[in-house]
Amino acid sequence: MSISLFLEQVLNGLQFGVMLFLMSAGLTLVFGVMGLINLAHGSLYMIGAFAAAAIASWTGSFWLGLVASLMAAAIAGVIVEIVIIRRLYKRDHLDQVLATFALILLFSEAMRWIFGAFPLFLDVPEILSGTLSLPLGIEYSKYRMMIIVVGILIAVGLFSLISKTRLGVRIRAGESDREMIAALGVDISKLYTLVFALGAALAGLAGAMVGAIQSVEVGMGEPVLILAFVVIVIGGIGSIKGALVGAILVGLTDTLGRFLLPSFFKIFLNPSSATDIGSALSSMMIYILMAAVLIWKPSGLFGNNAK
Amino acid sequence: MRILLTALNMFWEEQKVKKLISMFALSAVIALPVFADDHKAKVGMITTLSGGGSGLGIDVRDGFLLALKGNNDIEVVIEDDQRKPDIAVQLADKMIQSEKVDILTGIIWSNLAMAVVPAAVNQGKIYLSPNAGPSALAGAGCHKNYFNVAWQNDNLHEAAGGYANSEGYKNSFIMAPNYPAGKDALTGYKRFYEGELAGEIYTKLGQKDYAAEIAQIRASGADSVFFFLPGGMGIGFMKQFAQSGIDLPVVGPAFSFDQGILQAVGAAAMGVKNTSQWSKDLDNDANVKFVADFQAEYGRLPSLYASQGYDTANLLASALKTTSVNDQDAFRKALKKADFASTRGSFSFDTNNHPIQDIYVREVIKEGDIFTNKIVATGLKDRSNAYVSECKM
Amino acid sequence: MIKENYFNIICIILLLSVPFLGLILDEPYYITLATKVVILAIAGAGLNLVLGYGGFVSFGHAAFFGIGGYVSGILASHALNYYPIIEWPFIIEGTTQMLIILPLAMLISGGFAFLIGMLCLRTSGVYFIMITLAFAQMVYYFAISWPAYGGEDGLSVYLRNNFPGLNTMDGFSFFSICFVLLIFVLFIISRIVNSNFGLALQSAKQNPERVAAVGIEPIKVQLIAFVISGAITGLAGALYTDLNRFVSPSVLSWHTSGEIMVFVILGGTARLFGPLVGAALFIILEQFLGGITENWQFWLGFILIIVVLFAKGGIIGMIAKERRNG
Repeated sequence: MSISLFLEQVLNGLQFGVMLFLMSAGLTLVFGVMGLINLAHGSLYMIGAFAAAAIASWTGSFWLGLVASLMAAAIAGVIVEIVIIRRLYKRDHLDQVLATFALILLFSEAMRWIFGAFPLFLDVPEILSGTLSLPLGIEYSKYRMMIIVVGILIAVGLFSLISKTRLGVRIRAGESDREMIAALGVDISKLYTLVFALGAALAGLAGAMVGAIQSVEVGMGEPVLILAFVVIVIGGIGSIKGALVGAILVGLTDTLGRFLLPSFFKIFLNPSSATDIGSALSSMMIYILMAAVLIWKPSGLFGNNAK
Repeated sequence: MRILLTALNMFWEEQKVKKLISMFALSAVIALPVFADDHKAKVGMITTLSGGGSGLGIDVRDGFLLALKGNNDIEVVIEDDQRKPDIAVQLADKMIQSEKVDILTGIIWSNLAMAVVPAAVNQGKIYLSPNAGPSALAGAGCHKNYFNVAWQNDNLHEAAGGYANSEGYKNSFIMAPNYPAGKDALTGYKRFYEGELAGEIYTKLGQKDYAAEIAQIRASGADSVFFFLPGGMGIGFMKQFAQSGIDLPVVGPAFSFDQGILQAVGAAAMGVKNTSQWSKDLDNDANVKFVADFQAEYGRLPSLYASQGYDTANLLASALKTTSVNDQDAFRKALKKADFASTRGSFSFDTNNHPIQDIYVREVIKEGDIFTNKIVATGLKDRSNAYVSECKM
Repeated sequence: MIKENYFNIICIILLLSVPFLGLILDEPYYITLATKVVILAIAGAGLNLVLGYGGFVSFGHAAFFGIGGYVSGILASHALNYYPIIEWPFIIEGTTQMLIILPLAMLISGGFAFLIGMLCLRTSGVYFIMITLAFAQMVYYFAISWPAYGGEDGLSVYLRNNFPGLNTMDGFSFFSICFVLLIFVLFIISRIVNSNFGLALQSAKQNPERVAAVGIEPIKVQLIAFVISGAITGLAGALYTDLNRFVSPSVLSWHTSGEIMVFVILGGTARLFGPLVGAALFIILEQFLGGITENWQFWLGFILIIVVLFAKGGIIGMIAKERRNG
């Protein structure tokens, strides 16, 4: 194994992690501020991807598709928040789980109803197709590079939004003390709608960006949803920083595990059983990571309060 | 609560009406034994119509029903298995116990077939497989009541291995998901392929991102790539592989290149070779009629799954023309003759009730705005399967 | 509470009437459906003990359901193939005897619940939800890639296991076994809940410090409850293998955990009959809607949302409250 192959895999892990961060940021914000477990977050990811595919094939422009994904997911988020989610904030976590589970069924079938049972087409734009030559002879996909850059920009944007703006002050206040923020005269229901829409838009954007290199199909959101939950739990629920660290950790563990474990077992096992054991173990890797983190730190890496 | 009660009520009412109708039908049969048509049959179709992978089930169903258009002898009951083996088993019970079907068909996935088929054929039902041919049912687990009208699972992969030899590939990188059908796929490829392996990877089932694997392909020094990644997994791989700039020939079974999926892969699939027992451009009368009728009826191009559903129905109709399903020995013989015009051209059954057929190599092309396949070679001629000798029937 | 008891009796009568209706109408499929409801209700009852009464939400009960299922499948398949499970240090043969299989399934899934619970109960709240999910996913991926018992193809056993004096392949007999087990499980749970142990479990949910103050370690109480819960769900898994004469990793997927959870919440958490009502309603909706439209999942989602928004405390909560008011 060469150094450049290893570095390329690190980049792949980073790209996967950054994508997971976009998904988990909204999830962790919504939980931190409103105390809501939203299983339907994966559906917003799917809606973003479908909107991007539909608009991109209609207008021929990938970039308009990206804009559409942000808007469609945000609009869907606002509607869902006002019609349903809003009634769940004061409820038990279990009611939230049931209602948002029902939303998954509803959204998935609605997409199938509208777009049919077959996957949709969404491709990367011409300008980003092909590879980039990096030092050490690494050929890396331009599009994946863009995902890394966009992800980092959004992470920076989110941090400054939360630490420097008035909206951020309110969000942080909402996380620590909900009564106080209402007493300050902040229109709390507007704030909630806004936070929910922001999280939804990020999920939709992630769906569109990933849809271009994977597939746009019904049910695409569920595996990602599980991973996003893994991420926010590892990072500590409610913490944006935790979501970022957790996402990168999960991305690297999964990618490097898939790549290194089979070769590792080949050192002392015959190739076919090494492939068997290595592949089986690598599919369990992130769950092992999560269990280990939680046994070591029961409320995640950056979680201060075990809710 | 009231909504629920009315719903419940409607449910019972509907069942009662069904019951009445079937009782009426029964009494008609009893009353007129002389004129009772012996060539009638009731078919239970269990297939995937909702959730992920429903495109395949819908195609099989549509192909099947298209072939039976205007045929009043065959009654079809259709149920959705949601791609869950336990639901499929319960539906099979329902079909056999309550619907009293004579023949079962429709299952898409090997793991569902393994759950349903052995029990159904042991209860004296005929099962016609329009997709999925797990090796266990072709070899030691074969049964006189089980007919596979599609292929044995290994077939398309074997043809890919054969094609790799004829193209002179010496160092293939091969890849499949880590589950039984994935292992069968790589075994099938290696059965015919004679070169070296640059690498062999089992990926996580349902995985959509192949960046790590593609990096390994790039570093492996392979001269060709064979992959079996059905459904959405293949879409992701093809798009990412095309993006990676790696210029290696790619071969795979048709499951990642059928008409339904191809549009979602788009230009990334252009020029890729894939193996299939059927293609839209096969030039025989049955196929020309099938493709035209399917397009007229459903407004889309048929896939190989649709062709398999269509052939299954035609096989069934051909056997019913001369015999009755009540005389099982004669009926099985009639099925085994395979006396129907297959969309694939020549088609016959081997001793283990699996097809002997040509497996073609197709290339992905663009016709107008639509991506589709055309035949470029024959991978294997008159291919049966590797398990015939293990089948003691 | 008396009102709820009346409601429970009506539930039992309704449930019992379904297989009889199946017999009268000669629709054996009704019996299959009723049996499925009973088995899923047992699984839900197990989960309800920790989720409803104990207040810690496990999203990993598919692991116990599946382990129970595989214990049954593996024992039966070894017995059918006359091939011992292990030969060293002593021979363990497979069996098709339910009276051996069911307790063993409970023992082994209970054992796994002990191991998983010991590690998971250090966390709470959402962290507990996710760590239980993590363990269930590990078991799931292990089962998929483990070739010895079929991997993703699953394991067929062709015949139901035996029960002395009964023909289990007869739907009604098998229903009766499951039904008696359900009643037994519900009886045990009601005894547990009303015992000192049960009171400690329920107060640990509200006020762990107070429980600790009287000299009981809340985590021990919770661990015991988790083990009992896992064992009961494992029992249901073993019966589910018998119902289908087949077991596969799909019973281990997180969808199964989610569905069991939905039964409990839908029926009403911490209600003895909640899981039964929830499972029955879910199966009825699935059958009824599935018969009308291909897009039945859309309407199922729609109805579930209505139930959550307008029926606090699940179906039993809604009905019990209505009666109290008028």
